[in-house]
Amino acid sequence: TFKSLGFSGLALQIGRTMVLQSSSTESFTLRVYSCKDSLREDTQRAGLVISHAGAASCLESLGKGEPLVIVINKKLMKNHQLQLANQLHKQERLFCSTLPGLLQSMDRSTLKCYPPGQPEKFSAFLSKVVGLQK
Amino acid sequence: MACVLIPVVAAGAVAVVLVLRLWIVCRSQDVTPRESLSLLVVAGSGGHTTEILRLLGSLSSAYSPRHYVIADTDKMSADKINSFELDRADRDPSTMDSRYYIHRIPRSREVQQSWLSTVLTTLHSMWLSFPLIHQVKPDLVLCNGPGTCVPICIAALLLGILGIKKVIIVYVESICRVETLSLSGKILIHLSDYFIVQWPTLKEKYPRSVYLGRIV
Repeated sequence: TFKSLGFSGLALQIGRTMVLQSSSTESFTLRVYSCKDSLREDTQRAGLVISHAGAASCLESLGKGEPLVIVINKKLMKNHQLQLANQLHKQERLFCSTLPGLLQSMDRSTLKCYPPGQPEKFSAFLSKVVGLQK
Repeated sequence: MACVLIPVVAAGAVAVVLVLRLWIVCRSQDVTPRESLSLLVVAGSGGHTTEILRLLGSLSSAYSPRHYVIADTDKMSADKINSFELDRADRDPSTMDSRYYIHRIPRSREVQQSWLSTVLTTLHSMWLSFPLIHQVKPDLVLCNGPGTCVPICIAALLLGILGIKKVIIVYVESICRVETLSLSGKILIHLSDYFIVQWPTLKEKYPRSVYLGRIV
């Protein structure tokens, strides 16, 4: 499927549960690893990121302006990943779906860019309330 | 009769005093001017660590030394913290005081752990949190909602209740939380000095919270 959509390769982080071998053909490379310290290098290179709605993955990918598809992990406490996913979907920052069909139907150009957060507002607030002098 | 009554009255009196102290500690928000302050950060695990490091990146070197608390089953947070601190030292070599420490305590709740056993494991980590907090005596505790932060914050409160030190507790709810608070958030909104949320929907529901926009 990925190949028919014009993707040239797939990098998978699979955790420690499955066994899968990396392989490659002329037009498609499949790279597999169990766990990595940082996926930044891979996501930067990628044309599309598919992930759970963990805050870290979402922020990292969106912050870099990469199109993101998230698949919700429903088993977590009260399905809380769905909150962030729905909100970002409402703001048209990402596609949110459980259907593989999405990969075929989506139009990546409709997505809006995700502006960076403003931690400096936090530091200004904190310095004020703890009485830190400039 | 009297020998039953005395311990009961004594226990009641102690309880009243503790509740009064708790009320006073939670109320007092007077700002003492200072030049630097020691910071204890509950990094927890995974996404929580990423978020809180983003926040720490914006803080000046006046927040020093920095103590990090992570769950003992968490391998990756320590690496993330180390590379964050290295990066920080590289960017600003002028600050000689780049001391930081990483402490480990047992997780109070693993993902998908049941409620009843969560109570027990939380009690266990509370038992270990107090000596840690007592040893570090931070000026400020900063956390963003991994289960581990509840026992740490209660231990920090206890320092205040016992009159050892008033610790400022700042809680930042994770960006994940758009409509409802996390379990840690629901507990700590009552116990923290400042409770920050990142979506306006939460600010409406919880007027006590502080909304500064999206800060991570």
